[in-house]
Amino acid sequence: MSDKVGIVLVSHSPDVAKGAADMVRQMVGSAVPLAHCGGNPDGGLGTDVAKIMGAIEAAWSEAGVALFVDLGGAETNSEMAIEMLPEDRQARVVICNAPLVEGAIMGATEAWGGASLEEVRKTAEELSPA
Amino acid sequence: MDKALTRKLIQRLAESMIAAEAELTELDQAIGDGDHGLNMKRGAEAVLAEAESLAEKPTGEAIKAAGMQLVMKVGGASGPLYGTLLMTLGKSWPEELDGKGFSEALTAAVAAVKARGKSDVEQKTMLDVLVPVSEAVAAGKSLAEIRACAEASAAATIPMQAVRGRASFLGERSVGHMDPGARSSQLAIETLCGLLEETS
Repeated sequence: MSDKVGIVLVSHSPDVAKGAADMVRQMVGSAVPLAHCGGNPDGGLGTDVAKIMGAIEAAWSEAGVALFVDLGGAETNSEMAIEMLPEDRQARVVICNAPLVEGAIMGATEAWGGASLEEVRKTAEELSPA
Repeated sequence: MDKALTRKLIQRLAESMIAAEAELTELDQAIGDGDHGLNMKRGAEAVLAEAESLAEKPTGEAIKAAGMQLVMKVGGASGPLYGTLLMTLGKSWPEELDGKGFSEALTAAVAAVKARGKSDVEQKTMLDVLVPVSEAVAAGKSLAEIRACAEASAAATIPMQAVRGRASFLGERSVGHMDPGARSSQLAIETLCGLLEETS
């Protein structure tokens, strides 16, 4: 298991999630645990708590996991997914208030350099207007 | 609550949401992303499919399990929001059901929706219906008064400007449309009141 912070991308669209993850992968290679998901339980546009939980599991790192989400429901469903994780993991997963693509790339770059979960979040959130 | 009533309750609520799919979609296309009708229908069908096993559970457990279905199956923000409402309502459900116990459970459930959505009244959301309705319940109003309160509260979201959710991107352009979440909440309350009037 990697000692670097994991990155998870959650979009309403499976295509957007995959495309953004491809960009992150190209930037940071395979050193950073990375997972993505998108689409509602029926496969249409939306998000799915179970898929988000699966993506967090896939990108799990003892250093924690940073989530990047696109719009409203993606954030709410991600919060729900985090609350349904085992208790000892909940505190090590954060949702970054940052744009999906740029935030994930910045966050992954930080993670690749060995930054802590809090540093990853802080760097990614610098992209958002205060 | 007896099994037959629980089954009927689930059935009526689900049917009313499924029947409102087009209307909710239309409202959501005006100020959101147009998925509210479909999402509520998907959630309603998921709960309906479990109606038999839900009816076997104690009421609080049944409500909690229905909330979990919504969280897992809806796919939009309304899943965790309505799911949180039901999960907290079920968790807070009184052992001996009376007006006070129900009102306290409902108040706790509405507070949980506020926390989940990081929102409050006057922001053009479902809370603009749920909050006044929970206050009306706490004040011991009649079913007819509660129904009227829900209806007036949903209508009152029309002139509001959205500050939460996707409708907030529209800024002033969100004014003039009823909030779809307020409408679906009102519909649920209307259905509930109707069924309770029939059985009481």
